[in-house]
Amino acid sequence: MVSLANYLMLSAVLFGISVAGIVINRRNIVIILMCIELLLLAVNTNFVAFASFWDDIQGQIFVLFVLTVAAAEAAIGLAILVVIFRQHHSIAIDELSQLKG
Amino acid sequence: MEQTLQMMSLGLVLAPLLASVVAGFAGDWIGRRGAHSVTIFCVAISFCLSIYFVNHFVLAAAAPINFTVYHWLVIQSLQLNVGFLLDALSSMMAVVVCFVSLLVHIYSIGYMHDDPAYQRFFSYISLFTFMMLMLVFANNFMQLFFGWEGVGLVSYLLIGFYYQRDSATLGSFKAFMVNRIGDFGFLLGIAAVLASFSSLDYAAVFAKAASLQQQTVTIWYGHEWSLMTVICLLLFIGAMGKSAQVPLHVWLPESMEGPTPISALIHAATMVTAGIYMVSRLSPLYELSNTALNVIMIIGATGALFLGLLGIVQNDVKRVVAYSTLSQLGYMVCGLGASAYAVSMFHLITHACFKALLFLGAGSVIIAMHHDQDIRHMGGLRRYMPVTYWTVLIGSLALAGLPPFSGFFSKDLLIVAVSASGLPATGYATACLTLGVFVTALYTFRAFFLTFHTTPRMDETTRSHLHESPAVVWLPLVILAIPSALLGIVMVSPVLFASQTLFVNTIHVAAHHSAMAELATEYHGAFKLMLHAFVTVPFWLALAGILVAWLCYEKYPASPAWLIKRFNWVYRLLLAKYGFDQFNQTFVVGSTRTLGRFLYQVTDVSLIDGFVNGVAAVTGLVSSVVRRIQTGFIYHYTLAMLLGLAGFLIWLLWG
Repeated sequence: MVSLANYLMLSAVLFGISVAGIVINRRNIVIILMCIELLLLAVNTNFVAFASFWDDIQGQIFVLFVLTVAAAEAAIGLAILVVIFRQHHSIAIDELSQLKG
Repeated sequence: MEQTLQMMSLGLVLAPLLASVVAGFAGDWIGRRGAHSVTIFCVAISFCLSIYFVNHFVLAAAAPINFTVYHWLVIQSLQLNVGFLLDALSSMMAVVVCFVSLLVHIYSIGYMHDDPAYQRFFSYISLFTFMMLMLVFANNFMQLFFGWEGVGLVSYLLIGFYYQRDSATLGSFKAFMVNRIGDFGFLLGIAAVLASFSSLDYAAVFAKAASLQQQTVTIWYGHEWSLMTVICLLLFIGAMGKSAQVPLHVWLPESMEGPTPISALIHAATMVTAGIYMVSRLSPLYELSNTALNVIMIIGATGALFLGLLGIVQNDVKRVVAYSTLSQLGYMVCGLGASAYAVSMFHLITHACFKALLFLGAGSVIIAMHHDQDIRHMGGLRRYMPVTYWTVLIGSLALAGLPPFSGFFSKDLLIVAVSASGLPATGYATACLTLGVFVTALYTFRAFFLTFHTTPRMDETTRSHLHESPAVVWLPLVILAIPSALLGIVMVSPVLFASQTLFVNTIHVAAHHSAMAELATEYHGAFKLMLHAFVTVPFWLALAGILVAWLCYEKYPASPAWLIKRFNWVYRLLLAKYGFDQFNQTFVVGSTRTLGRFLYQVTDVSLIDGFVNGVAAVTGLVSSVVRRIQTGFIYHYTLAMLLGLAGFLIWLLWG
């Protein structure tokens, strides 16, 4: 029997990996998008675990919403990515600093 | 009947405004012909109505009508109205204004013929007529002030009519500034009236005036002033500005930069007499203050003699007439000071005729000389311009005050009235006015001889083009010459000495100011007065003036140069106009500039700019440090966000 704590550990590890991916990654935006997906999956894991633990269907329903939103966000993110590539012929994050003060 | 008269007065006042709006805003559309047609038509309507009013209020001696047209503003108990007061005084003034205005309109067709801004000119002079009529018919101080400022504005616009010329813009600027000083006093006077009478209506103020005669106010700490004296003097400061009295006269010669018809209409016949009219209108107030009357008399007498002297050394034909206007205004003001309001008004009327005539005559000469105004370049014009010559001769004789011309009656009676007033300033005033007669005749006929007699001094091309001006120009001269010659004989008895004189209902003279009463006892008809002239000093002085002018400029043309050499300091004093301009330039303008420079450099540059720029500099300094945080890299922001989140969580859990 896998306990709730294990699920939460897994979710925390996933969350940590994805945050590290966002912060440390300097190369390209696709990785950031993937990390964001991972971030959301970590949260989803949490939701499912608690739904099962409390025997409450609401958590699972919420996961479906999150997945939907994540899909939409990924689509928008990729679209932006394409536009950026057209403009700069590159998707390296280090080169995207026009907002520098 | 009263209803009809009210409507007529509205038409009288508003017709020129309508014409001005049409000529001003639709000028391009109606064209030059349309512009002068509509303005002349409307002013002619006003003139006819004013004639009717004179007939009704003066000849038929109908009761005055005082009515409100429009409530402009109501502040608690204070009502500011537009209202008209129709009586003998306002009707007489209106007919003078409309008469001269109409003739100037007609004359301008000829004089402004080649001017590109023809429509604008006609729009301005009609607007002036409207403003002046508003002033004349006002039944309260607020409307008086409206008209007062209105004529000042139009005067400014017209002096600066040739705005491409620097001298014209500077002249208009000077006129406006000097009038502002006068208007400042005038506004204070109105405020004092409002504060002490809590009303601005003439009727209400006059009714209450006598009860406040003993009232005093404290202006300077510890000094009590008679309230009436303060009010009258403040209002008179306004009149000094508008009617060009010493020391606020400096703008009038400068105003000669405007077109000549304007000089005739505004700076000789009508606007400058607004101050005289105002004081006559407010006679119930002025009668209560002997101090104010004394001051008025001294200022008027000073102007009458000393500003007249300046006319002798001027070489611009218009400026000679301008200084004579200053001198004649001095006569009128002096008459006011002697409580001889009716005589002053009489002189105002005759002066309006002959001074407009002289100005328009000067304009006619200027047209013939191709806009050369220097009398040293003229001479011998009599042969080329007979109509102008004879009309100007009539005007000059009237101005010099020889019987039977109109100026004789008004000026002679004015001098007698002043000498009969019992005020302390009587001696000085009488001496000034009497000597002024000699000066008047001298400068008038100096300009006259140099222009029309003597040998021609213009160059050959100008001389070959000399000819009489067109009919639209000389017709107004002839029309003006008639009243200049005859008005005195006709009007002297009914205006001043009939048992029921024209101004009996409108001008109030206190019983102890006996000048008019004494005048009446000595008066035995116009012809006796003329015969009596041959034994009076002013008459011989006037003749002497003409004789001296003839000797110096016609008979012995070399003598002026010798006199200038002999009395060089006098000549330079007169040429410098007693240094008024120099004084203003050095002290008033100079100190204002110094103050301005101080305010600019210390207050503006150091304090205000220092503060404003300092704020900007500090902001820039701070932001140049803070901007380094904003790297533009997403992962830096993310990290900051995470660290912040972590910090908050830690605070939440363990804080």
